[in-house]
Amino acid sequence: MGLESLTIAISSSLRYIPGTPVFITPVDKLLNWARAGSIWPMTFGLACCAIEMMAAGASHYDLDRFGIIFRASPRQADCLIVAGTVTKKMAPAIKRVYEQMPEPKYVIAMGSCACSGGIFKTYSTVQGVDEFLPVDIYLPGCPPRPEALLYALVTLQEKIMNEVGKWGFWRKK
Amino acid sequence: MKEMLEKVKEKFNKFVLAFENRDLPCIVVKREGFLELMKFLKEEGFNHLIDLCGVDYLNYKPEKKPERFEVVYHLFNMNTKVLLRVKVPIPEEDCWQYSVVTLWKTANWFERECFDMFGIKFKGHPDLRRLLMPEDWEGYPLRKDYPLELPEEQEWKVYKELKARGSK
Repeated sequence: MGLESLTIAISSSLRYIPGTPVFITPVDKLLNWARAGSIWPMTFGLACCAIEMMAAGASHYDLDRFGIIFRASPRQADCLIVAGTVTKKMAPAIKRVYEQMPEPKYVIAMGSCACSGGIFKTYSTVQGVDEFLPVDIYLPGCPPRPEALLYALVTLQEKIMNEVGKWGFWRKK
Repeated sequence: MKEMLEKVKEKFNKFVLAFENRDLPCIVVKREGFLELMKFLKEEGFNHLIDLCGVDYLNYKPEKKPERFEVVYHLFNMNTKVLLRVKVPIPEEDCWQYSVVTLWKTANWFERECFDMFGIKFKGHPDLRRLLMPEDWEGYPLRKDYPLELPEEQEWKVYKELKARGSK
């Protein structure tokens, strides 16, 4: 319509109306931008991967600069980093934590154990958390270095930025 | 130490099966006289129970053991810094052992773990429940005839239900 002639494109989906303090962008883009810039992960360490997760959160790697702040309550978290070996005894607890998180919510399977069971192909170990959780990012490594966790989180940010109508009342059925 | 072992030989001759001395002094004792021996050892100054664990000798290659299970105790004398091992063979069909919780309180969880992993019941234990595995788990995982991976139909009930709910 007349939108192109009346507005100026600033980036691919952001347009500016000259002479006014108004920008036009799809709601999804705006919300995705907000979500990607403030991923608050649940503190859920299970094994040695948790040490790397702590290292990534500490001042040397500093997750805070991505807006990533660890929360101690699932009610305040948007991302569950499953860091470590998941035993079958722990599985119901993880599922409960995931269900307590408000939407939108994402899951990162951190380390070989969380991805696939790793070296523990035994009676007591879950062979990958995707058996009972919807995993967004698989992060291999034993354990992955903090850089790898940073890469996983940045990849998750990219994924969030490209979502269309996944969450909220206008969610596509 | 030598005098102490002589005393044990004298007092518990009926019950002691063997004295070993590979890495540290070790007394192999029958289950019958076990409690009296432990009481005696504690009075001798072994005031610290370092460890208590089970062993399964099913298909044990180096030697043929008369009984399948064994419970091993490590005792330490905090004053003289002496370490002592006590082993008690446990038959498979009569799988129980006396509890030493009344002597060393730390034995409580050790015995629970041993029960959890080997199915050895401890008589006189105040609260003998599983320690590591879920309470409704079936089987004793550290037994040699326990499979490394459970077949699908033997899967733990709670996890089976969780898996059946899917990943959504």
